[in-house]
Amino acid sequence: MGNNTELLAASGAETAAQIAAGEVSAAEVLDFWLARAAGDGLNGYLWQADRDSALSGVADSGGPLAGAPIAIKDIFCTEGVPTTAASKILSGYVPPYTATAVGHLRAAGMPMLGKTNMDEFAMGSSNENSAFGACLNPWDTGRVPGGSSGGSAAVVAGGLAPWSLGTDTGGSIRQPAGFCGIVGLKPTYGAISRFGMIAFASSLDQCGPLTRDVTDAALLLAALQGRDEMDSTSVGIEGGIEAPSAERLDGLTFGVPRDLMREGIEAGVLARFEDTLIRIAELGGEIVDIELPHAEHAISAYYVLAPAEASTNLSRYDGVRYGLRASDEDLLSMYEVTREEGFGPEVKRRIMLGTYALSSGYYDAYYGGAQRVRTRIVEDFQDAFGQVDFVVTPTSPTVAFELGEKTADPWSMYLSDIFTVPISLAGVPAISIPAGLAEPEGGGPELPVGFQIAAPAFAEQKLLEAAHALEGAIGFDGSAALEGGLA
Amino acid sequence: MIEREQVLHVARLSRLRLSEEEIDTLTGELSSVLDHVDKLAEVDIEGVEPTSHVVPLENVLRDDEPRPSLDRDVALSQAPDAHDGAFRVPSPQAEA
Amino acid sequence: MSTEYEAVIGLEIHVQLSTKTKMFCGCELSFGDDANVHTCPVCLALPGVLPAPNRTAFEYALKIGAALDCELSSFNSFDRKNYFYPDNPKAYQITQAVNPFAVNGKLGEVRIHHAHLEEDAAKTIHTGGAGRIQGSDASLVDFNRGGTPLVEIVTEPDLHSGAQVREWGQLLRATIKQLGVSDVNMEEGSLRCDANVSIRPAGSSELGTKTEMKNMNSFRFIERGIDAEIARQKALVEAGEPVVQETLHFDPSTGELHSLRSKEEAHDYRYLPEPDLVPVVPTQAMLDEARNSLPELPAARAARYEEIGVSEQAALLLSFETDWAEYFEGVLAAKKGVDPRVAANWVTGELSAELRKQDEQPLAETKVEPAALATLIGLVAEKKISHGAGKTVLEEMVASGADPETVVADKGLEQISDSGELEKIVIQAIEDNPKPSEQVRSGNEKAIGALVGAVMKATQGRADGGEVNRLLRQHLGL
Repeated sequence: MGNNTELLAASGAETAAQIAAGEVSAAEVLDFWLARAAGDGLNGYLWQADRDSALSGVADSGGPLAGAPIAIKDIFCTEGVPTTAASKILSGYVPPYTATAVGHLRAAGMPMLGKTNMDEFAMGSSNENSAFGACLNPWDTGRVPGGSSGGSAAVVAGGLAPWSLGTDTGGSIRQPAGFCGIVGLKPTYGAISRFGMIAFASSLDQCGPLTRDVTDAALLLAALQGRDEMDSTSVGIEGGIEAPSAERLDGLTFGVPRDLMREGIEAGVLARFEDTLIRIAELGGEIVDIELPHAEHAISAYYVLAPAEASTNLSRYDGVRYGLRASDEDLLSMYEVTREEGFGPEVKRRIMLGTYALSSGYYDAYYGGAQRVRTRIVEDFQDAFGQVDFVVTPTSPTVAFELGEKTADPWSMYLSDIFTVPISLAGVPAISIPAGLAEPEGGGPELPVGFQIAAPAFAEQKLLEAAHALEGAIGFDGSAALEGGLA
Repeated sequence: MIEREQVLHVARLSRLRLSEEEIDTLTGELSSVLDHVDKLAEVDIEGVEPTSHVVPLENVLRDDEPRPSLDRDVALSQAPDAHDGAFRVPSPQAEA
Repeated sequence: MSTEYEAVIGLEIHVQLSTKTKMFCGCELSFGDDANVHTCPVCLALPGVLPAPNRTAFEYALKIGAALDCELSSFNSFDRKNYFYPDNPKAYQITQAVNPFAVNGKLGEVRIHHAHLEEDAAKTIHTGGAGRIQGSDASLVDFNRGGTPLVEIVTEPDLHSGAQVREWGQLLRATIKQLGVSDVNMEEGSLRCDANVSIRPAGSSELGTKTEMKNMNSFRFIERGIDAEIARQKALVEAGEPVVQETLHFDPSTGELHSLRSKEEAHDYRYLPEPDLVPVVPTQAMLDEARNSLPELPAARAARYEEIGVSEQAALLLSFETDWAEYFEGVLAAKKGVDPRVAANWVTGELSAELRKQDEQPLAETKVEPAALATLIGLVAEKKISHGAGKTVLEEMVASGADPETVVADKGLEQISDSGELEKIVIQAIEDNPKPSEQVRSGNEKAIGALVGAVMKATQGRADGGEVNRLLRQHLGL
């Protein structure tokens, strides 16, 4: 056991099981993955561990995940390890503490392989907003991996890490997971501590796993979830999470919000979505049309709420205590020049948008209004979950698009999250699983399509069971991309 | 729509010293985004409470027990300009 | 005929709570330590941190709300107040802008608009340019203070003069001190007071343009500063010039007011609900605890003392200082029948003066037990010793802790009770002092003082003043 092909093919859970069974040593596994990561041809990593740093702080837990290395989105603070949120303003910043979520993984015995690329401060849907260069999609390096957790998705899909940790504010785990043909889980808001996760939009940010399969997602969620006294908004998941085992969907109902899916969806994406509905029916599940009457306004509400929160969350980058200081001329210049030079265009756009939405005279129309529309969307999901067990949509209206395709038109980029954002506003959990491959609208090789399943708040176990059953029926094989990550 | 003057005002509030080119670009981009966002006004929100939180929590309070602080060297280690055990910053502009 | 003007003053008082740790992190509170030794990722606003609110700070706040006779809110939330300044590390302060913990209260004659909980800013020291903002080349920021729990009390504009502000401020300080929730030390900044001052023609109900006076560090300076500002505004208005809304600093060393106007545009704080915190909904138990744990507060205590006959001045003095009030009550409890008014005067007068005279002894360290003072007061009341002798005894008691009766016996201070003996001394005094005696006989009654003094000297203060007076008048034929 332990040859490279087998190590590459193994899921996170399989790797950990092999270590636990003594079939391969944790050191061999680590060396293998460090070597893979060192061959990063996707710009997926912003920082890579050496052997010593990978092992530092890692508990010899003997637990179910011990020895299985993981890649961490560079938005999580890691003591002694550079943490930049892919922003020039934090270039070279080394935090003195570690995020609670990362601490849980270390306590479970998981070495950190490296910090992954992302859109600056998690603002973006393509990973093109990184101050340290775009990350590439291992299925087609001319295309984006999605974002903002683009690096975390690309390194898993491209065989540069067995699994990874990402964050999702409006779709930043699910959309890149969909674009890269892997599983991405956004838990219920409050399931996992946000402490040490660099804030984008505090009322929406939630971290979660990006994995080869649903079982891996469940195992990581089990290790990550929990109430944290450092995060007042954390709740944890009552009863914890177990590895899913369901193979059927009998008696479960799946609601499809057809009104939301009327336009802008690629034919290939729609075809894989409809195929998946058939799989659900074959497994005994029932498909029901539902309405989410206010979901069409979700993107608008989101692009008020998230930038508004972001504008205040990002005010701390001021050149006083850490990070870039670009001017010492006088106090105002220190602020203005530092922030002008330190932030990229999308971040500035959102700071401006958010500041405007909160400014005197506009609050009620924008922020207050968007909060009320959010209430409507929350109610829509409550109504829906009164009728069905799950809400399903394509994860994104398109497959991975080409680098540069949407950068000129912010709103077209924002629409890429049309199916993920309503769920974020409702705060409920959702998973994206690969539903197969489809040809992009403009032609070319086939690319992965994501299928999104959303469940009521804190119903992660039920969600994972359903996703596990469906995953088995779909039988997606992502191995074609596994060598795509190497330069 | 957003006017150039408003963009300048918001940039000042945001502490961003935008270039002329950025001001022009942002005036266009923000106007376009706001045109979409303005559709929010179509939603009937009469009598609807705003949502700030989706978590069903209240009274999350911490016991008043001290925790260790950072060593000062660590606290200052990332400072662009540490001086005399403190964070040094330039002074406000003298009044013209 | 010139118009009479009335000043209208509202106060914003910041009270640092004396919890063990900061409002949103576990760093210990401190004063006077080396810079930046009480900081952590949270209070330095490092990337990724979240606030964790201090339960005790909330409980202390509720006590203040209860003591100010406020309605305690059933729903508390926090907001972000956004502004850039180096002492504000997140560039927003977490405060209660919309749902404060207490509203609609009253202390004495002044209504409380509301009181809210927030976090203190860090300390900025301007270097160069003599420590002033203008002309200094750099500032040093110390985050030890940053994040200290702060209660801001906002009054209605119910005050009308510097003296009234001082008196009310002292009542507020005494009240909060009694609660044990703050050091309320103005020099150390644990109590800070801003005043909004405007004037209007007497009898008018409109408010004039107000100026804000910031951060004055003693109530005496506040009184002087406010009076200076009222005078300045009157002079402006009488000269037909407008009062400009601005922030002022009063320099107590020169008595001058300086404008703190900055070039910065008007503030737009862009408040938003703090998404990192959940609401605080005080339980009935928390509310009961806040109300039931209140000690007797100074205003109530002063009223009670006045009811039992204590003079207003002594009642206030005793009520503002818990240890003095406790001492006073110890005196009353030690001896039945002691007159509260007399006892209060001994405590706030003679005892206080003697302690001051003898090395500024604090009351807490005095050797004079309340019971011993009660005994002394009894000796004077029963005319066993004169009032003057009583003071002599007290001097010895403060110095050595001696028992008053022993001091009286040792020094032979018993009042001369034999009126025959006293009469002889009186006659002798008249003979020895012919000049004042003659003056008294010819109608200048004030001259009798010299004769009383002579008798007292001869008796070493052991004579009863009333009796001496009576005998002198008798022998001088009045």
